Amino acid sequence: MQTLRIICPNGHLGFAPLRTESFQLGVAAAPDYIAADSGSDDVGPVPLGSDTSTSPLAWQRHDLEQILLASRKLGVPMIIGSAGDTGSNSRVDLYVGIIKELAAQHGLTKFRLGWFYSEVDKAYLRRRMQEGETVQGLDGYADLVGSELDATDRIVAMAGVHPYVELLRRGADVIIGGRSSDAALFAAAALRHGFPADTAYYLGKVLECASFCAEPYGGKETVLGIVSHDDVKVTAMLPSQRCTVASVAGHAMYERSNPYEELFAGGKLDMTDCRYEQVDERTTRVTGSRFVPSERIRVKLEGAGKVGERFVGMCGIRDPYTISHVDEVIDWARTQVRARFGDSGYELHYKVYGRDGVMGDLEPLRDQPGHELFILVQGVAPTREMAEELTLTGVRQMFYARLPDVKGTAGSVSFPLDEVLPASAAYRWTLNHTLVVDDGLELFPLHTADVGE
Amino acid sequence: MTAAPPMSTHTLSELAKTIRSKNAGVNKITFDIIFRDRENYERVKRSRVLTRESVAALYRIPPERISDFVEYDPAYAIKFTIYRLTPSGSAGDGDIFGAQQYAPLLDLAVPA
Repeated sequence: MQTLRIICPNGHLGFAPLRTESFQLGVAAAPDYIAADSGSDDVGPVPLGSDTSTSPLAWQRHDLEQILLASRKLGVPMIIGSAGDTGSNSRVDLYVGIIKELAAQHGLTKFRLGWFYSEVDKAYLRRRMQEGETVQGLDGYADLVGSELDATDRIVAMAGVHPYVELLRRGADVIIGGRSSDAALFAAAALRHGFPADTAYYLGKVLECASFCAEPYGGKETVLGIVSHDDVKVTAMLPSQRCTVASVAGHAMYERSNPYEELFAGGKLDMTDCRYEQVDERTTRVTGSRFVPSERIRVKLEGAGKVGERFVGMCGIRDPYTISHVDEVIDWARTQVRARFGDSGYELHYKVYGRDGVMGDLEPLRDQPGHELFILVQGVAPTREMAEELTLTGVRQMFYARLPDVKGTAGSVSFPLDEVLPASAAYRWTLNHTLVVDDGLELFPLHTADVGE
Repeated sequence: MTAAPPMSTHTLSELAKTIRSKNAGVNKITFDIIFRDRENYERVKRSRVLTRESVAALYRIPPERISDFVEYDPAYAIKFTIYRLTPSGSAGDGDIFGAQQYAPLLDLAVPA
């Protein structure tokens, strides 16, 4: 095999539906694989902690159906990583169930479905820590301590290529993966066919976000990657998009602090010596990527823990005097909350839109608020009842703020709704760590089943 | 009344193709300023308008909160990354994706 062709129709399957025009053009380009990742830690800790998806079932099903039907028609494997946004076990089961339903619904002929899980048991991690293993913190996180593990509701490990390569070796035609490095699912296909890690990992790196490596900007469009033993070519499938030297080189730095390297379970992709050439109007060729294997396999762990139940409330301010004293209005409300609930055991957050609601402490124009303000109040407490009363107190008491020189003495704020609304429970990222394992398959139990008639 | 800037001064948004911010993992936000051509890229690099120190001053943060500052020649891009004060999506985070933190860069004045 001289080259391998993979299309990627979606950089985060389910988050928004794939665009069918470019996908069908990609399918017509005779790919050897169709692959897409379905997860991201961008969506915050709530989905992982509460074991839900942020993507609607209809969009997940839409993309899985499009890809499954195309893959079965072409007779090529499909690979989906990080099922259901988080890659938790319930999300893998959800996608496996959808694939089985679709197979029955469309009367598909027999194929082999492979899947793996990636949740990590807290007891396992505690045992490793008791044995003296350090669970290393990433990006400013301290090494893991028992209390943070206790505060965690769910942990997933991020798979590298290993479970994908093994499931392909076992003859899987359709793979549903738990949490994974998005590039790994593409790299695994290339490695399985004997392509070197140097180009295989770069193939994954450039394809993982679909059309984000193309220009002009437009998400959810299909791109085609062709890997050989010494280069990777990437082509935009939508006629109005192009993969240019700038768009492809630029993609290497997207969502990463270091544009020259990316870490995986088992090594790192080094892009320092990458060379980019435009080979036709919509295709860029990349050479010079290198994969540097690590001595030991370090797997990334993501964990989320519940902070409490949450309600939100909102109000507005138009009086310029009150706007210039908005912090005092908030202080008044906080004081009333403290009088009722004490100093601790809850969280109360105020976002002042029109001043610094979007950027918070990073806002340079914080001292130039607009002519009207919108204030979002979030209350977090151990029970729903307390969260509701806490938030209602935190919002409604703004109405009664006592400012010495205010002209309007009938109420300090406006209410678009005179109520507070239940929100998702509040979670936080408790684990952003890495753990050494002996084997890249160790945390990822594999399963296969034959599906269809 | 202050004197008008020289005609050849441009804002960063006039010179750059892309100015964006986005999460880089759960505890950092990374900023990309990407130029269409080498000329504008080199001009901004030369101007020293974007440095670790200038960016820290613009966002009013200590320089230690900037984890990386890179001039990335292959893409004609300057990028820097800052630590969040609390991880993304914690209650009270106003920008879970980190996607709207770049606005203060748009109007930076770049001398000729």
